[in-house]
Parts: sequence; C-alpha cells; structure tokens
Amino acid sequence: MKRPKRWHILVFLLPALLVYTAVMILPLIETLRLSLFNTVDGQPTFVGLANFQVLFGDERWAHDFWNALKNNVIFFIIHMCVQNPIGVALAAMLSIPKLRFVTFYRTAIFLPTLLSFVIVGFIWKLILSPIWGVAPGMLDLVGLKSMFAPWLGKPGSALIAVSLISVWQYVGIPMMLIYAALLNIPDEVIEAAECDGVTGWSQFWKIKLPLILPAIGIISILTFVGNFNAFDLVYTVQGALAGPDGSTDILGTLLYRTFFGFQLQLGDRSMGATIATVMFLIILAGVSLYLFVIQRRMRRYQF
Amino acid sequence: MSQARHSIFRTGFVHIALIAYTLISLFPVFLTIINSFKDRNAIFRAPLTVPTPQTFSLIGYQTVLGQGDFVTYFQNSFIVTIVAIALVLLFGAMAAFALSEYRFRGNTLMGLYLAIGIMIPIRLGTVAILQGMVAANLVNTLTALILVYTAQGLPLAVFILSEFMRTVSDDLKNAGRIDGLSEYSIFFRLVLPLIRPAMATVAVFTMIPIWNDLWFPLILAPAEATKTVTLGSQIFIGQFVTNWNAVLAALSLAILPVLVLYVIFSRQLIRGITAGAVK
Repeated sequence: MKRPKRWHILVFLLPALLVYTAVMILPLIETLRLSLFNTVDGQPTFVGLANFQVLFGDERWAHDFWNALKNNVIFFIIHMCVQNPIGVALAAMLSIPKLRFVTFYRTAIFLPTLLSFVIVGFIWKLILSPIWGVAPGMLDLVGLKSMFAPWLGKPGSALIAVSLISVWQYVGIPMMLIYAALLNIPDEVIEAAECDGVTGWSQFWKIKLPLILPAIGIISILTFVGNFNAFDLVYTVQGALAGPDGSTDILGTLLYRTFFGFQLQLGDRSMGATIATVMFLIILAGVSLYLFVIQRRMRRYQF
Repeated sequence: MSQARHSIFRTGFVHIALIAYTLISLFPVFLTIINSFKDRNAIFRAPLTVPTPQTFSLIGYQTVLGQGDFVTYFQNSFIVTIVAIALVLLFGAMAAFALSEYRFRGNTLMGLYLAIGIMIPIRLGTVAILQGMVAANLVNTLTALILVYTAQGLPLAVFILSEFMRTVSDDLKNAGRIDGLSEYSIFFRLVLPLIRPAMATVAVFTMIPIWNDLWFPLILAPAEATKTVTLGSQIFIGQFVTNWNAVLAALSLAILPVLVLYVIFSRQLIRGITAGAVK
C-alpha cells in the first residue's frame, strides 16, 4: 500500500527553509561566486582567481590584507592564551562544592558578555583615556602611575589593548561552558580519586581536566569563529580605519572598508566578496579541522 | 585539624580571587552609571566617587533625550528584536518538529543543511545580502533586518528545539492522532506547550546578538528612521565625543534594557547554557 503524500512535512519545513536559503545560503554562495568576477569596461566579467592574486600580491592590497590577517591571528592567540585559561580558572573555582555566593559571582562575571560592543568599546575608551584619568588615577593608588600610557593610541600596544577589552567582555562564555562540564563530572569519579589520595591541584590536572577537554575544544572553535568574524569592537574603539596606523585592522574591518567604502575610498564589491571568501575559507578550515580531526581524536567518557 | 584550617584558608583565597574578578567585571559599568549622574566638573575631578547632592546633575540625560532620537531607536530595536524572535521560534519549532517527528527521505541531510549556519557566520554573505536587499527595495527598512536576523537565528533554534522535541512522549502524540487531531493540531496544541522552557532558552539566545548587532544596521538600515539603539548610540556618541555628560548618559541608557532583561532572564539563560551546551 502506498502511503499518501505527507504534505504537512513540507508545510512544517518550508518557512524556515525559505528564509534560511534565501537570506543566508544563497547570498553566501553568491558572495563566493562574486569573488571570481570583476568589473572590466563596466561589464562584470569572469576573471578566475585574479582577484585573489591582487589581494595577496598587489602592492595596494597585499599590505593591508596581510596586516589584517596577521593582526587577526594575534587577536585570536591573545583570546586563546588569556580568555580561555581565565575562563577555566574561574569555572574551576566556581565549581568547588559548597562554595557560597556562587550564583552572585556567576551572574556578575557573565554580565559584560551581554552588553553590546558599542557600550563596551566606549566605556573602555573612556577609562583608558588620558583625558579622564581614571586609569592613571587607579595605577597611582598602587604606585604604578609611571606605567600608564595611552595604550589605545600607540601602534605597539593598541591591538593588545583591544584584544584584552574583548577578552574582558567574553570571558563569561568559556567560564559558563567549562563550569557546566565540571558540574557534569559524576561524584563517584571524584570520590574514587579521593580514595586514591588524588586531591586538590593534582585532582584538577589529572582527573578533571581530561574530562573537560571536549568542552575546551568547543570553546576553542567558538573563539576561532568569533575572532575571525569580529568587527564591531574594533570599529567602535578605533573606527573603520582601525588605527593608529592600521595597527588594529582585522579582516572584519578590512572587509567593511573594502566593500562599503570609507571616506575617500570607494566601495569595491568584487574585492569585498574576495575578502569575505578568504574569511569563509579560513573559518571553514578551522571548523573542519575541529570536526574531523580534533573532535574525533578526543576521547569521550560516558558516565 | 590542620586539614580543616587548610581548607578554610583555601576557601578564603578562592573568595578573594572571585571577588577580585567580579570587581573587574562590574567596575566599568558601575563607573559609567555613577558618573552619568554627575556634573561635568565632578566627572573629571573625582571620577571614582558616587554622586553627592552637590555634584548630582541630569544634564547628560537632558541632552540625550533632547538631541538624539532615542525613543525611535528603542522602538526600532524592540520591533526588530521581537518580530525576529517570534519568527525564529515559530519557523524554527515547525522545522524542528518535522525533522524530529517524521522519517522521510533526506531527513538527515536537511538537518545538516540547516546546521551549516551554526558555524558559518551570516556576515560573510553581506555583499550579496546587500545586493539582494537593494534589488528587493528593502534597504533602510526594518524588514531587511528582521529577515537577516531570522535567518541568522534559525539554525541554532532548529538544533536546540529538535533535541527537546525528541523527548516529548510518542504515546501522547499517538493518542492525539487516534482522537482524530490533525498533524497541525498535534504540533500547536500538544507539542508546543510542552517545549515552552526550551523556547524561552532559544528566545534569550536569539535576542542578545540581535539587540547588540552593529554590522547589519550599519550596512542595511543606517537611515535616521530605521536606526537601532546600538547604531543610534554609536553615532550619537561619535558626534558628542567631547560632551562627556551626554556620552555617559547615552551609555547608561543603552545598558539599562540589557540589565533589566538580564535580571529577569538570567536564570533561564544560565540554565540553558549549562544544560544543553556541552554535548
């Protein structure tokens, strides 16, 4: 007996599928396609990989592109080395059994994650501003006033300062995910470790850390995708030119300037699509590496 | 005895570390809010003190409310966020129901297709999205933003909701079928009420990036009439850089709705993150 056509399945799927395909997937594919075209004599013409050659090798483009890519990598490394260890440390402290005020700490530390980049960017700009003097004033309290410098204004330190602001904002996410993973470790495992005399520090390193590695993997890939797609914070703190002297320019701000135009620079759709494609390939490579290599090798423990 | 003392010592140290980090998290927000209520002199002379009757001033708020069109911005943000969340929840739940309830050819493939958007950011398609919006005559409309945010929110919503729908008992649905309910009434009248907690979690997750987004308002809807609060305060602050009262007041006003929502939803949000996230 042939079953009747089940139209309701289509009805349930269709709205989501339509919006998602029309507004997300097709534009993504179209952007990838546009990166292979450029305007020649006013006509869009297929140019193969010429746009990429220009981006990687042409004097006018290559300097900006490699600079943005380098800055983006540094931006990511700072997040991995500062944000995620602090997140793990905070989560480890919060998960100590019978600790009081945990809800309060958790709620307070997660708050900055919810604020928009505009708020976060401007608040820190004000705090670090030499005009207002909050930062030098506070350093003065601990006798370190001489260390103060207008960090956001100096090419040597601006990228680090912006990265640390972003770390300040996002540390709540690794904290929460690791905290959840630590709570999921069954008591029997911990009790067994204690019976064997494994406590305190060595318990954390030898028992808990291996068990939360999958969660650390997830936060790493989330950080990766978020960082190589970042734009807002740099834009609010340093403007579209990502100054001083391009020292905080990352791929997101480069994409914005290229595709949308800024001040005297005219918007260039093909080169914008080319940069977006490079970002897409970087993110795709990171996600594939995670899904097919790291996640498969990682041992999972079933409780 | 020494064990106990050691433990008290350790707990004390942990509390000191956590309090220190809590201060780092809250200090910038606190500093902004207290200074927004002070006059200009006090902001510069004593930035770290709370406003006193002598230094109290609302001049910043008067400037913001008089100059910037913040009421419109708030209204735009509310419309965009609420409509997008409603669409994400409705369409997302429907798709999740189809994927988790029925076996049909291409089911897994469809699930994977919808999951691409969890990892690949929609921003990378901006060039073509703008092109499409220009062609559809939707630039500088809230509709453009709503469409983009709906597409952006759907993948994660479908993923989370279908996990939850698998836990709804089959007996209940089959009982409904025997009673002659159509598939649509089973979805709307039996399943939806049962997954309400999951819907709340998805709503909170969807809301934050939409409310805070700067990229799409800047590119798709920068006109005065369609500015969202995030873009509006960005531009307002850019223009009033030297008017510290106004800047601090604008920042405080932008923080306020997030704070209120966080106080209301923080348990929901934290439960959502700690429950389903690590899989």
